[in-house]
This record gives sequence, structure tokens and C-alpha cells, in this order.
Amino acid sequence: MMADAAFYGQASWFQATARQRVAGLLDPNSFTEFLGPSERIRSPHLHLFDLPSAFDDGVVVGRGRLDGKDVLVAAQEGQFMGGTFGEVSGAKIVGLVRAARDHKNLPQTVLLLLDSGGVRLQEANAGELVVAELMRAIVQARSAGVAVIALVGGKSGAFGGAGLTAATCSRVVVSEQGRIAVSGPEVIETNKGVEEFDSSNKALVWSTDGGKNRRLIGGADAFAEDSMEGFRAAAITVLAKVPTFDLKTMQAEQERLSARQERFGACDDAVSMWRILGVKDPEAIRDMDSREFAALASATKEANHDAR
Amino acid sequence: MLTLKFRHTAKRRLAGKRVTAIIGVVASGNLEVLLERVLPGAECEVDIATPIIGYDETWKAVIDEFVERFAPGGLRISINDGGARPDTVFLRLMQGSALMEKV
Repeated sequence: MMADAAFYGQASWFQATARQRVAGLLDPNSFTEFLGPSERIRSPHLHLFDLPSAFDDGVVVGRGRLDGKDVLVAAQEGQFMGGTFGEVSGAKIVGLVRAARDHKNLPQTVLLLLDSGGVRLQEANAGELVVAELMRAIVQARSAGVAVIALVGGKSGAFGGAGLTAATCSRVVVSEQGRIAVSGPEVIETNKGVEEFDSSNKALVWSTDGGKNRRLIGGADAFAEDSMEGFRAAAITVLAKVPTFDLKTMQAEQERLSARQERFGACDDAVSMWRILGVKDPEAIRDMDSREFAALASATKEANHDAR
Repeated sequence: MLTLKFRHTAKRRLAGKRVTAIIGVVASGNLEVLLERVLPGAECEVDIATPIIGYDETWKAVIDEFVERFAPGGLRISINDGGARPDTVFLRLMQGSALMEKV
């Protein structure tokens, strides 16, 4: 059920489809899909808007192996309806996480390949509900000892419900192109004014929402090069040390976020945050290559913590 | 939404054992093609759903040409279109049948 073999190794994660990412991330030929396209589990709403549906509703779920370890995987297709959470696309992810939570004979690792602008507006009520269900399912699964890892590096980023979802995961992996936020730049500008956030200033938007900033201020735990191999290596690394989800971790997370707010609350751009972090030449970060940046982030205190 | 259905008898049954394959994404200027080896002999069915109206003859020409050149006997091909151009449609059909021919 997978696509062309050209999408392995150094192929771009950002450019790839959800199916190509699953194939490139997991051990070769190890993936088995649940509710594949032949089952035609599609959105019951899109046709009412005269919009084309997809046979998988834009989400690929199944199980496979990562470096020999059994894993469950859900991948959002960011090119279909912006990778949005609809009734069906969302339920497929929720079902997968709940299955891991309830069945110890299933893999106790869930990889969420997020690539989503958030809730699908055409099915907004169902989409909002499903995001809430997903966050709850992730927290319950983590409490039951399941590791839930978010991988963010697609064209639609992880916004809205996908940003919230990433924040509830055990660990977050991001690439430079992977943007993580709740409200998107245009939404912030519309509601708070251009002085608050100028969505046409792409350098500002990418340096704020982009993967480098998220990694440096602790919003992501690993930085991946934009390739199949890059995400694979980063996922294997974070899986080696997943924090237990208990009161101590929650308190550490609360402390981490409070301290972060205190430290960076007055900053009006990412570069000023990087300066406070003690980065010697913060302006140089934007042009830094992935390897050099990953090393810098690993040596930065704020970026590394035992919380989440 | 416009739905089109084409039925053909191809020159032969498509080689390979693969039961199903999917290629492409429903996105602007793109389409997804689901191929399933479910029909007897050299029969071939193509089902298309597209939000773009008025191109029935173009679809027919592309599918006729594809069936003539690639002989996808035994396949049911289902397409969700996002407004793809004919060359993109033909490319996805070729990619799909190549996937089905792999062992």
C-alpha cells in the first residue's frame, strides 16, 4: 500500500505525502495499514459542500517497526484540506491512541506525524470535539505508560488543534520547516492587529513559529534534518528516553512554562529570546544548517528539560 | 460533484499480484487514484468524482488512451479529483499501474 521507493533516506519530509513519510520513517516493508483507502472510510460532510473527499479522509493509521521496535503510527496528509481534523480523520487518530491505551498487546509507542492547520471548518463541531477527545486520549495513554511522540515538519505545520495535540505529547520532534503554534499568524493579526504580529513579515513568522525557535525555547525536544532519515534518527533518539507521565512530570512542566513566560514574556521577536538564552550570535541562527543547529540546541539549557 | 463511470475491456489482464495501490493526493491540481485488482479477466472500470464540471470528453479521452496503452485488465480504478490537468491524471494512472505490476 505504500508509494514510490524514491522517498527514502535524504528525500524531503516537507515535500512528501503522508504515505511517503510513513514509508520513509519506518523500517522497510514493516507497515500494515488499518482502515486503508479500499475501505473508503470517508468524510460524510464534504459532499454537502460539493468538495471532493479522500478515500482515507487524509489520515493514514497503522502499525509497523522503527529500528526494530513495534510502533503505532498516524500520519496527517497536509495537502488534503490542510491536514485538518474532521469527524473521520480525527476519529482515526483518536481510535489509534485509545487502542494503545487499552490494549497492552498492541505497541506501546504512538508516533503522530502531524501536518495540520487545525480543525476542518466544514465539520467544525465534530472537529473541535475530536481534538478534545484526542488530547484526553493522549493524556490517558501516557498515564498508562504509552509513549506518544509528535513529529512536525509538513507543509501545514501543527496549528490549532494540532498545536494543542503536540503540546500534550511525551516528546516533540521538529524540523526547521515545521511550524508549531495554536493561532496562526493571520488569525493573530486579524484579532490583535498588525502591531501584535505582522503575518506578511515571513522572517518574523518563521523565526517565531518555526522549528528552530520551538526547539530552542523547549517547545520541541529534538531537531530533525528535513529528510526521512533525519526524522527517523530523531524519533529513535527521543524514544530512548521518554519521561514517565506522573505528578512530578506535570509539576516540572508547569514550572518550566511559568519560568519561560517570566523569562521571555517581554520579548517581541525570536532573536531577542535567543539573546536571553545566551546564544552568542543569535542573528546567525536563521542561516545555520541543521547539524550545527541541533548541536547548539543540545547545548542550550532552556531547550533541554525533564518535563512535558 | 460530477461523477463519471467508464467501462472497458482491456487488451489483456495487468501483470503482477498486487491487490491494491493508491497514488496521489486530493489537493489543488492533483488527484488520488485507488487501484484494486477485483474484476475478472480483462475488464476494467474507472470511477471518477470531480468538482470541476464540463470536462467529460477530456476525461473520456484520457481514460481511453490509458486503457489502450497500459491494458489495465482486472482493475477497478477510483479517482478523487482535485482539479488535476489531463497530463497529471495520465501520470498518476501510469504510476498507479506501475505499482500494481510490482510483485
